[in-house]
Amino acid sequence: MYGLSQLQRQLAEFTSSLFDEGFLDDQFNELQQLQDESNPEFVVEVVTLFFEDAERVLNELANTLALDNIDFKRVDAHVHQLKGSSSSIGAQRVQKVCIAFRNYCEEQNVEGCLKTLQEIKQECSLMKSKFETLFKMEQQVFACRRLG
Amino acid sequence: MAAPSSSNWVMETAHDVPHVLAVDDNLIDRKLVEKLLRNSSYKVTTAENGPRALELLGLTSGGQNSMNGRSKVNLVITDYCMPGMTGYELLKKIKESSVMKEVPVVIMSSENIPTRINKCLEEGAQMFILKPLKQSDVKKLTCQLMN
Repeated sequence: MYGLSQLQRQLAEFTSSLFDEGFLDDQFNELQQLQDESNPEFVVEVVTLFFEDAERVLNELANTLALDNIDFKRVDAHVHQLKGSSSSIGAQRVQKVCIAFRNYCEEQNVEGCLKTLQEIKQECSLMKSKFETLFKMEQQVFACRRLG
Repeated sequence: MAAPSSSNWVMETAHDVPHVLAVDDNLIDRKLVEKLLRNSSYKVTTAENGPRALELLGLTSGGQNSMNGRSKVNLVITDYCMPGMTGYELLKKIKESSVMKEVPVVIMSSENIPTRINKCLEEGAQMFILKPLKQSDVKKLTCQLMN
């Protein structure tokens, strides 16, 4: 069973790695700074909303790309949404893949879009599990603190 | 928030916390802008699109201000890229109205396009902010509006 300082170090190292590996950018710091006593779950709430919304958008994208006559404007609008949300929470790798997607969209390159859609799904999945680990570590620190 | 100085905008809100209408079709961005503004002691109402914003401002053909006199909006902050009515079109409608044309309108966008920015400023936008929104943007906004 880890002591508080070990848990805190573990959390700090993990958080650092997320920034170093490009998963998160400075916008995530902004989000954390917004959290306060009036809304102590703000970051978790926003991140949760992000993934719910992302899932919806990714499904829509898959459906739109499966049609015979692909409406690339519609596809682009969906990715624009996801690019925006990922940027707003600091999910840098997700945002980058969205940008790549939009380029294929502009070229009306179906194969490129489909391939990149898979990449976005993977990045979202990876980001989600990283956040789950992060939040779990934060909870452990919090619980340890409370125990004295 | 610090006590208001003598600018016209702030005089109207001297007894109330400034009320901002934040318009964005993106749910995450709405949550973010709302928290950013609330943390700076603004009262915030959000809207998902231009038509809903106009409704809340009392600028639809019905003419009723559904937020009534007690909750007058002192600032509108809107995303540029929205389906249907863009933030630019919303800005125009607000500036064209006799009742709301003095209300400052701030435009947000994820894209840094000079022609877009100039177009908005020329149409009377108070400020143009690049997304993603940060605390420093809200500070800058507050500073500008106080002067």
